[in-house]
Amino acid sequence: MSRIAECFNRLAGHKALIPFITAGDPNPKLTVELMHGLVDGGADIIELGVPFSDPMADGPVIQRASERALKHHVSLAQVLDMVATFRLENTYTPVVLMGYLNPVCAMGFQRFAERAAACGVDGVLTVDCPPEEADELTGALVAAGLDPIFLVAPTTPPDRVARIGQLARGYVYYVSLKGVTGAGHLDIAEVTGKIAALRESITVPIGVGFGIRDAETARALSGTADAIVVGSRLVQEIEAAEPQAAKQRLARLVAELKSAIR
Amino acid sequence: MQQYDLPDASGHFGAYGGIFVAETLMAALEELKAEYARAKADPAFWAEYRHELAHYVGRPSPVYHARRWSEALGGAQIYLKREDLNHTGAHKVNNTIGQALLARRMGKKRVIAETGAGQHGVASATVAARYGMECVVYMGSEDIKRQSPNVYRMKLLGATVVPVESGSRTLKDALNEAMRDWVTNVDSTFYILGTAAGPHPYPMMVRDFQRVIGEECKVQMPELIGRQPDVVVACVGGGSNAIGLFHPYIDVPDVRIVGVEAGGEGLQGVRHAAPLSAGTPGVLHGFRGYLMQDADGQIMETHSVSAGLDYPGVGPEHCYLKDIGRAEYTAVDDDEALRAFHDCCRLEGIIPALESSHALAWAAKAAPAMGRDQVILVNLSGRGDKDINTIAGLSGISL
Ligand SMILES: Cc1ncc(COP(=O)(O)O)c(C=O)c1O
Repeated sequence: MSRIAECFNRLAGHKALIPFITAGDPNPKLTVELMHGLVDGGADIIELGVPFSDPMADGPVIQRASERALKHHVSLAQVLDMVATFRLENTYTPVVLMGYLNPVCAMGFQRFAERAAACGVDGVLTVDCPPEEADELTGALVAAGLDPIFLVAPTTPPDRVARIGQLARGYVYYVSLKGVTGAGHLDIAEVTGKIAALRESITVPIGVGFGIRDAETARALSGTADAIVVGSRLVQEIEAAEPQAAKQRLARLVAELKSAIR
Repeated sequence: MQQYDLPDASGHFGAYGGIFVAETLMAALEELKAEYARAKADPAFWAEYRHELAHYVGRPSPVYHARRWSEALGGAQIYLKREDLNHTGAHKVNNTIGQALLARRMGKKRVIAETGAGQHGVASATVAARYGMECVVYMGSEDIKRQSPNVYRMKLLGATVVPVESGSRTLKDALNEAMRDWVTNVDSTFYILGTAAGPHPYPMMVRDFQRVIGEECKVQMPELIGRQPDVVVACVGGGSNAIGLFHPYIDVPDVRIVGVEAGGEGLQGVRHAAPLSAGTPGVLHGFRGYLMQDADGQIMETHSVSAGLDYPGVGPEHCYLKDIGRAEYTAVDDDEALRAFHDCCRLEGIIPALESSHALAWAAKAAPAMGRDQVILVNLSGRGDKDINTIAGLSGISL
């Protein structure tokens, strides 16, 4: 069983909290520390952003995180090394890489999948690679024992949802709004209704994210979703903190969110 | 040669093209694809498009024999396809008319666009005014500085110009920002993409709307010289003016096809914008194609004296034409382009766009080695009025 499936099993119906941070933000030396901080606060799964020069699906907060990381020339290879270092102390918290396709293309799908698996990565979400174009990448990931994670959007028609349901492993990531990460116009009733409808064709757990900024929203959505993804809000915390205080502040915020969804 | 009929149903030109966007946009692209397929099969759609091109844009644009320049070079005869004479001053309007008509068919009242040189922004603002649509144009703050006349033109036309401060603050970042707007306002908004790149169906659609350039040339050249030219040449940024000229010539076997990229400060360094000449394949802005990228797959900052060519990618059809060898791609540097710019001004009384000056520079280099009875047809994709501040600045003159 994959580490992600094990994690949901262990939760036995309790809701998962999935914090997102960008690898290398604010600097590459801090990332592994921050990951441990997320776990200290109660993170069930970590989504680790792979910085990219052109983060088309991200709002200003995560764009800035990417830019900070790229000032330090953080590469995909380095991100994999960070996960390997994290695994020296933590063998149970699943790590999902979230990013854009081009750095993965540049490394080569096969080579990426093998190295990621060897470093202890569990799932991969490439935002700009819809299922139609994903065959080769998905094949390489699955062969290496990694879970390909797909997005479902408010605009996704039912036949595509069904198709994504067939390909998805680990969990499906439901994008809670039409917009970029960190936008602020999420409609709880609408999202709740959508997630319920997704259950008809999706058997893996459903996480929801994009625009969840506070404990209250997290709690409201955890009624229907299996997992809550929080990104921009945490990245803002990193942005606002002195580097040495970032770990503690992240842990505190994660704990607050986690207790809201329990 | 086999019948050339690309892209395939999923938008691929061989290994290039496709749809690489976040899930939220997939349905919008499906809808666009379906509506464009209906429009494409609808004679009334093309009748209106042609009517607009004739009466609003002023097509057909003439082909002009640059006699004095050809004489001075002492070789091949240079002919210019005068896209600079179009309303708004460049080829871009051929495409914005087509896409705006499509937006209207789809009931979209708000259009957005990205722009580098500002020509596509102006052409989008123009058609938005013409058809009564709201228009928002994203433009890198770097480009806003170097193309200020066009910024003001867009504002006069009623568009909102949004400065983009992320990344390198040029065309690629404007495109990212336009995509972000589209994802957010996907129900109300039509994205008028300005070049033959982006996710399917844009590369095909933009090509279809720019093909009029080459189609006219195919009729005009025999009228002028009794045959087709030996070479057709165009500058390549994202590739729309070039594919517009090239596409009708792909299955004309004896016509050599040359695309000219921006060599910037030279291909040996990194300060250029020539992905076909010096890049590698990758995925950016919704499609697979040649890119300027580093070993980690990060997109590099590009450099060109011309804002419209300052883009790290290139449309998928050009990538394919390069790989199969039907078209050649090469680069000329800033200095060569500037020399051609000035020669064209002085010898022909035409102020060319800096983008187009790259194609002119290639012709000026190639002509002397060719026979006097040979013919190079250059796509003069736009006029250079927008560039006079840049040119003056390079000569230390402030206007
Ligand atoms: C006059 C002119 N020519 C060429 C270009 C380059 O674009 P494309 O390669 O799509 O023709 C531009 C872009 O702004 C332009 O303004």
